[in-house]
Amino acid sequence: MKVKFVETLKNYGIILAFFLICVGLSILSPVFFTLNNIINVIRQTSIYGIMAVGMTFVILTGGIDLSVGSVLAVSGAICAGMLKAGNPIILVILATLGVGVGCGLVTGLFVTKARITPFVVTLGMMSIARGLALIYTRGYPISGFSPTFRLIGGGYILGIPIPIIIFLVVVIIAYIVLMQTKLGRYTYAIGGNEETVRLSGINSDFFKTLVYVISGSTAALSALILTSRLNSAEPIAGTGYELDVIAAVVIGGASLSGGRGSVWGTFIGALLIGVINNGMNLLGISPYFQQVVKGLIIIGAVWLDQLRAKEE
Amino acid sequence: MDDRVLWMKGISKSFPGVQALKAVDFDLERGEVHALVGENGAGKSTLMKILSGLYKADEGEIWLRGRKLSSRGIKAMIDAGVSVIYQELNLMRQLSVAENIFIGREPMRHSGLIDWKKMYLDVQRILEPFNVDINPKTKIYLLSPAYQQVVEIAKALSLNSDILVMDEPTASLTGNEVDKLFEIIRNLRNSGVSIIYISHRLEEIPQIADRVTVLRDGEKILTKPLGELTTAEIIRHMVGRTLTEQYPKISVPLGKEILHVENLTKKGYCEDVSFSVRSGEIVGFTGLVGAGRTEIMQTIYGRMKKDSGRIYIDGKEVQIHNTCDAVRKGIGLIPEERKRQGLVLGLSVFDNVVMTILDKESVLGFLKKKKLNIHVEKLVELMEIKTPSTKQLVRYLSGGNQQKIILAKWFLRHCKVYIFDEPTRGIDVGAKVEIYKLMQNLAKEGAGVIMVSSELPEILNMSDRIEVVFSGSIVKEFQREEADSEKVMEYALGLHEHESQQKLRAAGAET
Repeated sequence: MKVKFVETLKNYGIILAFFLICVGLSILSPVFFTLNNIINVIRQTSIYGIMAVGMTFVILTGGIDLSVGSVLAVSGAICAGMLKAGNPIILVILATLGVGVGCGLVTGLFVTKARITPFVVTLGMMSIARGLALIYTRGYPISGFSPTFRLIGGGYILGIPIPIIIFLVVVIIAYIVLMQTKLGRYTYAIGGNEETVRLSGINSDFFKTLVYVISGSTAALSALILTSRLNSAEPIAGTGYELDVIAAVVIGGASLSGGRGSVWGTFIGALLIGVINNGMNLLGISPYFQQVVKGLIIIGAVWLDQLRAKEE
Repeated sequence: MDDRVLWMKGISKSFPGVQALKAVDFDLERGEVHALVGENGAGKSTLMKILSGLYKADEGEIWLRGRKLSSRGIKAMIDAGVSVIYQELNLMRQLSVAENIFIGREPMRHSGLIDWKKMYLDVQRILEPFNVDINPKTKIYLLSPAYQQVVEIAKALSLNSDILVMDEPTASLTGNEVDKLFEIIRNLRNSGVSIIYISHRLEEIPQIADRVTVLRDGEKILTKPLGELTTAEIIRHMVGRTLTEQYPKISVPLGKEILHVENLTKKGYCEDVSFSVRSGEIVGFTGLVGAGRTEIMQTIYGRMKKDSGRIYIDGKEVQIHNTCDAVRKGIGLIPEERKRQGLVLGLSVFDNVVMTILDKESVLGFLKKKKLNIHVEKLVELMEIKTPSTKQLVRYLSGGNQQKIILAKWFLRHCKVYIFDEPTRGIDVGAKVEIYKLMQNLAKEGAGVIMVSSELPEILNMSDRIEVVFSGSIVKEFQREEADSEKVMEYALGLHEHESQQKLRAAGAET
């Protein structure tokens, strides 16, 4: 009986924590549990929540992608530049996603072909993409877009903000891909034991490259939403996002050594980070202090994961 | 009695499913070199790991210099004067000779800094009797393997060890270096150090050892002075076992040639390997651990890149650049290390089994789940895999069932050639027989089977043909009827090395 309780706590502990924090914040702040604020939290969450879904693929293979914030910045900058040049929106969207795919492809190829650890490659890509964003924009924000483009970040469908809808669609697609497709099953298998996958005659390098492409393209998708929402693209956009994104995945129960994790976990993890950010703002906690709290949360989440791994 | 510095008495040790040592007695006299020999898995390493304190014996006593040892553990054994020099030397390659010898007990000055001057002088003093030219300041990775060995020995002596265990000390040495090492060993012996000498190179043993002990299947077969034994007799004692297992070998009419390998070479791993496998045939590959059997298979399978050579399947030459190509051409490899290479322990039975056929059983990347489920359920039943459901994580299954999962994964793929690398290692006897049956069935249905194994009985009983590998090359091919364990062992030990190769080696030693 007791064992069962502990098991349940381990599997659903994050949902429990999520509700406890929500209840606590509702009591502490009268604003928290209002429809407006809730929608606001989810809308803010969707930006890095989408990136966290891409990151889930990478972390499931046992890798990591530190470059997501910078890839967001460079895709956003190119998106803004192309809009300013008067290109049709569809073309701009495709090109922006293409930038993300390109960054991910370069990362993936360095990881699989040059056999450099993902940490180093993406650390490099983090600097490269940021630099490209600064070069392209010459360091200045590019702002002021057409009302149509601004719908992506600011519009509603049936009363629901479009970023939230995009977030949910991405989560559902990712779930289906992970559970029902070759790519998904190999993603788990590579993280579990890459040598076995390779000896099973599977081109594991191809699938490993693909997860970085996915991560890059989700960063570009978030760039579209952010650029539209702010009506501006800044070369320093997304600085430090990798922290929230990785935190969401890890809090969602994914193991940094790969093979274990889920999109639903990441979904809840992202919401939890969003709620914590929002709650600390509402309670008037200084942003400096917020950084400390988030750091502690990440270490705590990985520690929990270590404890879980030890039991296995 | 007084001359006995070490006496291991009635040592037993078992691991889950295996009795590694059965009441083994072993003793060592002052100033003697005592050779310890036996096949792979005979129990030599286990016995030495117990002596070094790494393992704890289930039963038995260890006496050192007439006193029964009470405390065990690695530290206790080092303090008691026992040092083990492993085949893979335990040196820190980026540190100097002196730092390696004095690690953890560096001489200090009053200021709390390391007293380098004293350390280098001490090392020079320690190295003096070896009569070698080694600078204490040299980094280890700059030294030849032989000199690295000398550093290990020097370190052991500086710890006041008078009992040395040397595990395959000559494995990476050339002819001249071996002579030099033997000279050092003789000097050590004359100064009263006792040495346990483990080696597969039987021809070396009469040159260096005073007595020899033969282990077989965890039991001590004999201990005798070397003068009373010939090498042939030693081999007979090493292999002469009684057959207790059953082998479901049936003779299958052989079909056409499926796999043909020609002059396969991978520098440093395999050289000029040629052989073929016919439909319905089981070809056994045997040899000592490290002889290069696994490497030959991994090269055929595209896991290692070949330097030269040709591979034909069904008479047509095929290009295999990676494992993906190998599987597409119809080769399946059941790897040596189950957990590390064959399974994803954190995934389910289903996910593990279907891994090899997802490319066939999916449409636009989406899995045909229903069809796959039926396949897996059927195989689990057919192969009698004991699991509560196909969703069970493989981690929780027994070794035998895990091995069956790996086989299932390859049966689903319907390969033309199956390569089994040590298919029954660490599996209990009952499960072994089932694995043999499954292997035999594949052959009966027309596949070609390669079985790599260190266990002579299974090689002799299951193979139609036997290829003996030594030092990366096939040195002998036996037909099933011509082979017996002693002959096979002689070739595996390299006693009939090709003359050409001997010349090559001699030339290598001179340069």
